[in-house]
Amino acid sequence: MDRDIKISIRNLYKIFGPIPDVALAYVRRGMGKAELLEKHNHVLGLQDINVDMREGEITVIMGLSGSGKSTLIRHLNRLIEPTAGEIEVDGKNVLNFDEDGLRKLRREQMSMVFQKFALLPHKTVLENAGMALLVRGHTVRDFEDEAKKWLARVGLEGNENQYPHQLSGGMQQRVGIARALASNSPVMLMDEAFSALDPLIRSDMQDLLLELQEELKKTVVFITHDLDEALKLADHLVILKDGHIVQQGEPQEILMHPNDPYITDFISDINRARVLRVRSVMAKTTEPPADCAGDISDRDNLESVIARSEGDTDLVYRVVKKGNQVGILEMKELVKALVPVDASEGDNRSRY
Amino acid sequence: MATYDFVFSSLGLEDWCSDGQSDAPMSMAALLQKTKGTDAEAESLWDLPFPSMDALNESCAAFPKSRELTKGLEEGFLSIKDSLSVVLDPLTQPLSWFLDGTLYGMLNTPWWIVIPALLAVVFVVTKSWKLVGFVAGSLVLLAFIDYYQYAMETLSIIFVCAFLCVLLGVPIGIAMSRSDMMQRLTIPVLDMLQTLPPFVYLIPLIFLFSVTESKLYGIAIILYAIVPVIRLTNLGIRLVDKDVIEAADAFGMTSQQKLFKVQIPLALPNIMAGVNQTIMMSLAMVVIASLVSAPGLGVLVLQGIRNLELGVGLVAGLGIVILAVILDRVTKASLARINASQKQ
Repeated sequence: MDRDIKISIRNLYKIFGPIPDVALAYVRRGMGKAELLEKHNHVLGLQDINVDMREGEITVIMGLSGSGKSTLIRHLNRLIEPTAGEIEVDGKNVLNFDEDGLRKLRREQMSMVFQKFALLPHKTVLENAGMALLVRGHTVRDFEDEAKKWLARVGLEGNENQYPHQLSGGMQQRVGIARALASNSPVMLMDEAFSALDPLIRSDMQDLLLELQEELKKTVVFITHDLDEALKLADHLVILKDGHIVQQGEPQEILMHPNDPYITDFISDINRARVLRVRSVMAKTTEPPADCAGDISDRDNLESVIARSEGDTDLVYRVVKKGNQVGILEMKELVKALVPVDASEGDNRSRY
Repeated sequence: MATYDFVFSSLGLEDWCSDGQSDAPMSMAALLQKTKGTDAEAESLWDLPFPSMDALNESCAAFPKSRELTKGLEEGFLSIKDSLSVVLDPLTQPLSWFLDGTLYGMLNTPWWIVIPALLAVVFVVTKSWKLVGFVAGSLVLLAFIDYYQYAMETLSIIFVCAFLCVLLGVPIGIAMSRSDMMQRLTIPVLDMLQTLPPFVYLIPLIFLFSVTESKLYGIAIILYAIVPVIRLTNLGIRLVDKDVIEAADAFGMTSQQKLFKVQIPLALPNIMAGVNQTIMMSLAMVVIASLVSAPGLGVLVLQGIRNLELGVGLVAGLGIVILAVILDRVTKASLARINASQKQ
């Protein structure tokens, strides 16, 4: 958590309609989405969004369709203009950029991966991968090596001269990722990048992204409607609902302490043993346990610990981080953590 | 007395009406009535005339007749004609040169150069030997029955006019696709050009230009045939996948880069469909334009009608059909090649 803030969104509002400024005044006075639509025929897209995205982290923005997540990501490179608010990249307000500044931002600072791939169908895979460089005025010969390098990195060696329609969906999205990587921009925006792929390929692509991230340390903003995907990728998770942020924070934190029935409902169906990590459940202490059954890492997930204990709930493990003890984990606590937590306001799940 | 007298009397316009009644020649109806001598026969409601300009004129001589409307239009046109010609003549003069030059070139190059050259073009755009064979057969047939010269005249006019249609139509279509205002303004004009009967194009043109100039039929053909290429360019660019456009924006393309690297290449199948339609419509118009001295197969059709030479007309018609099939197949085959390279 000691990394610099790369992108900072402050009090962002977006209202769709003929006179958004007037509607904004109503929203600031507390009018809700449904009422605004009914009385003034304006759609509240985003409402008071505040997010800090740290350098080198994957920030996942999750929400169901219509929650405004795709609208939000398009504000970062101003494909959509906000109604009010600020978006700062490296401390500079993107909204003050003129056309040239904005183009420079899009060419050099941010690259984007799209849900429907959005490759140029009349260009080869190689030319598509080098699109960012082509846009900057390089010729195919200039960027051939660079594009080939990234295509090989995403596992598309030998497909350079094919056309996108000759590739499968998963391979097309690999081209999309290679295209974003080849632009060498520090920020990568991924708009439901894996949603159109089938589950197995999606999982492969998630692994690929994590692997690349390990190496490249880009600032990734990832949009998804899939909670499992969000939990797998996120360093920082933002949950959107109807255009406002319901909760944001570390994914483990949200799992253990959901602050809204909406989120409780959301997380009730996931496999907690697989996503929860030891560090979220352990008791923090440097005191060695009385009868230690062994050492486990703080980053192990609970599933692997259960497998190791072979179901024995009487065991106690020592939790170790980089060789030092950071806590202990009783199997009984672990089992308790597997039961979904209700929202902190109490039991109002039945409302949903 | 006429039906609508009361209108003018109740408005107190009788003085104005009688002013117009000076010494205008008597109308046929009035004359007939006078000879009959029966002046005040009661008119039944059944015969009530619509209050048209002519009917009102009967009641009030100062009111203009409808013929005066068309006459006014004629006179108006004739009075601006000279100043219009001063502007339009030099502007359109290159079209005459272009048409005359192409006709001269096509007809004065020996057939053993022209036919292989045409076949080479066919092969380059379609890459199909079958089609080359078909075109060769058709041209040889036309040449064998001594229609070579007429067919070449028709072809060269179509080449020039279709080329100019694309040259002018594609930029107009692009402009339309970029601005909704431009689209709103252009569509009524295109609708009018498309629905106006082809003969009507010729009327103002005959007044404006001399019938001996080739630009007269050139303009008529271009006006008639330019519509599909404009429409389909506009449509093609507007139909380009929004996601791809968004990607182009997200990677920071300038609008020029977007136009030439994304929009036009992706709209090309539609633009080519427009070119195909444009060529077919030029062929239709070049036949009609033979009325205003366009050379080619149309002249033979006209000769067939005028002189009741059934055979000449029919064979010339057949020649036009053959040209139409050639042009259609060749452009469709090149369109299919573009489509094949652009599958999504």
